[in-house]
Amino acid sequence: MFLKRQLPLLITAIAALVMIFAYFIPHPVVSGLRDSAQSWYLVVAAFTMILGILNLLIVSINRATKGAKKDRFYHWVTVVSLLGTIFFGFLKGGMDNSGFDFIFKYIYTPLSATLFSLLAFYVASASFRAFRAKSTMATILLLTAFIVMLGQVPLGQMLTGNIIPDATNWIMNVMNMAGQRAVLIGAALGIIATSIKIILGIERSYLGGE
Amino acid sequence: MKKFFGFLMLLSLLWSYGYSLDSNNFIRAKDVPYDEGGELFVEWQYHGDDAKTVNIYRSEGEDWGLIKKEADLQGKFTDKSLDYKKGYKYKMEILNEDGEVIDTLHSNSVVPKPALFDMKKLSILIALLLISFFIVYYILAVKRGVEFKIRKIPALESVDEAIGRATEMGKPILFIPGIMDIDDVQTVAGIIILGEVATKTAIYDAARNVPISRSMVMSTGRETVKEAYLKAGRPDAFNDNMVHYLTDDQFGYVSGVDGIMVREKPAAIFMLGTFYAESLILAETGNSIGAIQIAGTAMPSQLPFFVAACDYTLIGEELFAASAYMSKQPHMLGALKGQDMAKLLIMIILILGAILELIAPQLHVVDWFTNIG
Repeated sequence: MFLKRQLPLLITAIAALVMIFAYFIPHPVVSGLRDSAQSWYLVVAAFTMILGILNLLIVSINRATKGAKKDRFYHWVTVVSLLGTIFFGFLKGGMDNSGFDFIFKYIYTPLSATLFSLLAFYVASASFRAFRAKSTMATILLLTAFIVMLGQVPLGQMLTGNIIPDATNWIMNVMNMAGQRAVLIGAALGIIATSIKIILGIERSYLGGE
Repeated sequence: MKKFFGFLMLLSLLWSYGYSLDSNNFIRAKDVPYDEGGELFVEWQYHGDDAKTVNIYRSEGEDWGLIKKEADLQGKFTDKSLDYKKGYKYKMEILNEDGEVIDTLHSNSVVPKPALFDMKKLSILIALLLISFFIVYYILAVKRGVEFKIRKIPALESVDEAIGRATEMGKPILFIPGIMDIDDVQTVAGIIILGEVATKTAIYDAARNVPISRSMVMSTGRETVKEAYLKAGRPDAFNDNMVHYLTDDQFGYVSGVDGIMVREKPAAIFMLGTFYAESLILAETGNSIGAIQIAGTAMPSQLPFFVAACDYTLIGEELFAASAYMSKQPHMLGALKGQDMAKLLIMIILILGAILELIAPQLHVVDWFTNIG
């Protein structure tokens, strides 16, 4: 029980206190402890990375051989892509190897860009749903969005001079900023409260509860 | 008596004249305050008709080493990478046009000591202590028997509904704890909620899929789910592959999760943690398959996307309150009350600050808060 409960709580509390002290105390003794804790984190992260890759491989092979037939192809794609990239990465030249470079430039980069560009269409479809004037509040949202969008394009200035662009700036810098800051202050307090609860061992859900 | 005072006045005038002459030409070093040690602030000035350039030397004992050649007769720099345990002194040689040394000045010996506390962060420490005080005070209040209520949070009220719906439909539940690592508190908050959701899914015997983008989060998430199944008395139903790793890459992860959504068509999707540009891609894909979606993040720029595309959204602090809300444990509610009191204090400070800035701008109240850290 000690190894499963008290020890993780103790390690968490000590590591957290070291980081807090290091923030306020610039003395090399404390910053040395902080650097050590960060190095430990990197070492643990490196080992869990291996764990992650192995997990991906095992889960994908399992699903590629025993999973639903119509989905097996996708899991084989994952397995082949993973092993292929690892293989080229270990060849002479490592990440500068021509095979690895090809995968990065002509497969990975275009796929990432394609997925990111989907965002434009998703913004349009989400806006279409969000801006339907179903209630008073939704109508206000629609009007506000209309003003902001018009203020961001040259047409707004052409039609109304500086009225719409100024209104846009006011909405973004006053109303929107106030809302964002309220969320940020609330979130910052939440982060502090969660951290204190974790340090004091009150919050133990991440260890599976009581 | 008058003569005596006259003499004193003359003496003080001469002394101040001599001091001013002397203070015109100097090289001085002083410790950089509130640093890790090992840094000295060096300043020099020389007035002389023949002087053209200066050479600055540093010594930590007997030997002098040239560290700077300057054409300016007045200047300053921060000497870095020094040993905070040693004392250093500086020497300035003033050279004429022919490169001959015409004068030499020495500084005092200074140790680049490390600070024991960064005074620039005092206001942050005070704020942190105040907030911590409120939280600890209300946790202790709960132990004394004080009871607190919590307002209804629709997103968390609907967790049971979402899990029940998935169970009835015989479809899985998808849980996404954001794309950041375990050192991000939002991820921790997501994992905490995962524990509560896993307990309910264990009781309902609903299928679950938790794709993770960081291997450390995977380890933590797996342990959390395992413990939740144990707590629910269903250790046999737990399977290691419920919580599985996909990739660290942002869009690689998105495409993997989107694939799972489209293939498995989960009935309920939880997106709780830190999200960036992928938030809308995930939420819209989830929306397109008709899943009930509960999202939560403290990233202000991603909240509108979740609000537009999800059924329920936990906004900012609600994400961190979820653990207390779902577990209903008294000491967790106490911490939440403390958090609310800290928020009240911040609101009072904001209002007072705004009023003071309007009626007495000469006090520069805003500067007290903006010049932090």
